[in-house]
Amino acid sequence: MEIIKVEGLKKYFPVQKSFLEVLFSKELQFIKAVDGVSFTVKKGEMLSLVGESGCGKTTVGRMLVGLEEPTEGRIYFKERDITSLRGEKRREIQRHIQIIFQDPYASLNPRMKIGEHITDPLLIHGIATNEEAKRMAIEMLERVGLVPGEQFYNRLPYQLSGGQRQRVAIARAMVLKPEFVVADEAVSMIDVSLRAAILNLLMSFKEEYNLSMLFITHDLSVAKLVGDRIAVMYLGKIVELGEVNEVIHKPKHPYTAALLSAVPSFEKRDLRVGIFGDVSNPIDLPPGCRYNPRCPFAKDECRKAEPELIGTDRHSFACHYPLDIVVE
Amino acid sequence: MMSLLEIRNLSTYYHSRRGVLRAVDMVSLSLDEREFVGIVGESGCGKSTLAFSIMRLIQPPGEIVEGEIIFSGKNLLELNDEEMRRVRGKEIGMVFQDPMTSLDPLEKIGDQIVETIQMHEDIGKKEALEKARELLESVGLPGNRVNYYPHQLSGGQRQRVMIALAIALNPTLLIADEPTTALDVIVQEKIMNILKKMTSEGRSIILITHDFSLAAEKSDRIVIMYAGWIVEMGDSKKLVNDPLHPYTKGLLESVPDLWLERRIKTMPGLPPDLVNPPPGCKFHPRCPKAMDVCRKEEPPEVQVNGRFVKCWLYGV
Repeated sequence: MEIIKVEGLKKYFPVQKSFLEVLFSKELQFIKAVDGVSFTVKKGEMLSLVGESGCGKTTVGRMLVGLEEPTEGRIYFKERDITSLRGEKRREIQRHIQIIFQDPYASLNPRMKIGEHITDPLLIHGIATNEEAKRMAIEMLERVGLVPGEQFYNRLPYQLSGGQRQRVAIARAMVLKPEFVVADEAVSMIDVSLRAAILNLLMSFKEEYNLSMLFITHDLSVAKLVGDRIAVMYLGKIVELGEVNEVIHKPKHPYTAALLSAVPSFEKRDLRVGIFGDVSNPIDLPPGCRYNPRCPFAKDECRKAEPELIGTDRHSFACHYPLDIVVE
Repeated sequence: MMSLLEIRNLSTYYHSRRGVLRAVDMVSLSLDEREFVGIVGESGCGKSTLAFSIMRLIQPPGEIVEGEIIFSGKNLLELNDEEMRRVRGKEIGMVFQDPMTSLDPLEKIGDQIVETIQMHEDIGKKEALEKARELLESVGLPGNRVNYYPHQLSGGQRQRVMIALAIALNPTLLIADEPTTALDVIVQEKIMNILKKMTSEGRSIILITHDFSLAAEKSDRIVIMYAGWIVEMGDSKKLVNDPLHPYTKGLLESVPDLWLERRIKTMPGLPPDLVNPPPGCKFHPRCPKAMDVCRKEEPPEVQVNGRFVKCWLYGV
């Protein structure tokens, strides 16, 4: 069953004009942060969304949880269109859709007790009375490894380490037993030796609740570890999407292959697909395939027509001349 | 062979209200010419403090309390400020994590490089600017970037400017402190290749990073730091294939790797508070192999098949 379905999602941010530009009524320009993205997340599935900074992956996540309004496109939660739901109806849905942010120093209120971060959502959604909420919060704190829960309940964020704070953020998202969770770079700021514990914790919740997740990360190694499927984004579009082993071992898009070539590893593979220059300007995209100026394989066609994301559920890609390689 | 850099029993402490924090605790390390060494550890392990100590950039409340840093035959800790200033930049260059805070936003890239060169060398502005162009080209940037301001460049380009600045005076040693942490993998790979190429041009590199796989892939030798100590040190490949210290092993098993098919293992516990470190081995509360002696006495530093390791498992 599809928990989340996204169709032709777009988000354009207007570029601030200078006084002179207003004076000469220069045309309003847009940064095309997300420029037509479609995918589904099935029940119990972890979809990893990878890409470099500025590719639009975070904006996709924020639109899914309602923090950002799409410019165009539709978002369905269990076949119900939630794109423009507001107010009470939105809140009702929101209970089932949660987000974990990257920075555990910014996502907790420094004046609020740890416990209140977790009881708040329960009270807001009218799921529990004060006492029940407190009991549930303590249980949840212990579940995420903050033992004894009663002690952690009364602490303030500054008394916790980064790893412990991220556990609180996870507890806050999970206490509502959501059906869909967006984790936006949830381990990027966590120290190496503690990262594994957080990842294992997230995966254990996924198993236990049969949770569906969108795991947003810049780190392909993490994406591969946690994901059932991977979507690779470049400049606002998904360029490749498929089952983890398909995408990692048989990359079709030259961008995916370039990323794979650059990821450091203890057992580096002999994969050397190059890439030219720097990321293009998202305001002024090149004609044709938006990757063509950086692609070592670009041909005439690539400069004219923009490729569509085509293929099967198992593996699809947006490239006129897909690669035919296997990385063991 | 005479080593380029020889650090002996170096200790750098920070004096805080809570007490003395031993950020670097009796560390010894040597570096050969043309060698690429990766220093790996988590935040707070002392790896950056070690780098700043070599550059003698430790500010109060920090203090180098003992040890020797012998670089090209002279003990840096015995130089006066003026002598040390000449070593910085000219003999040892350094690249920091955040390029935006290390570049002057109001000055053109070229002028900043020219200023650095003219500070140390007696050459004309025109000549220095020509050199700045060449430097930018050597790190893969077009020479005309001398006319740009820092904000006109991307993060990766800025970091390349920082490298160009660091090598402007042709130092024999370059210390790079998390140079690619804020950057994407593709840019990271480019910058690492530039660093790697420098070793073939006769420079030595110290790469400080929390990224174990990056260090394993790029450096000849790896130094693993934990709580102010070097706990293991040796040839990169051998160290990764057969880690000796339980911390090294735990770290290896906890890192997700793109090409290895395996689950990751959680390392228990947290790094210690360095004001009140645990007695004996500072890693013992997290160590799956801790013995009685580990809780009481500091572990010995031993050589096992040419590998340095500080652990009771290999003790006498």
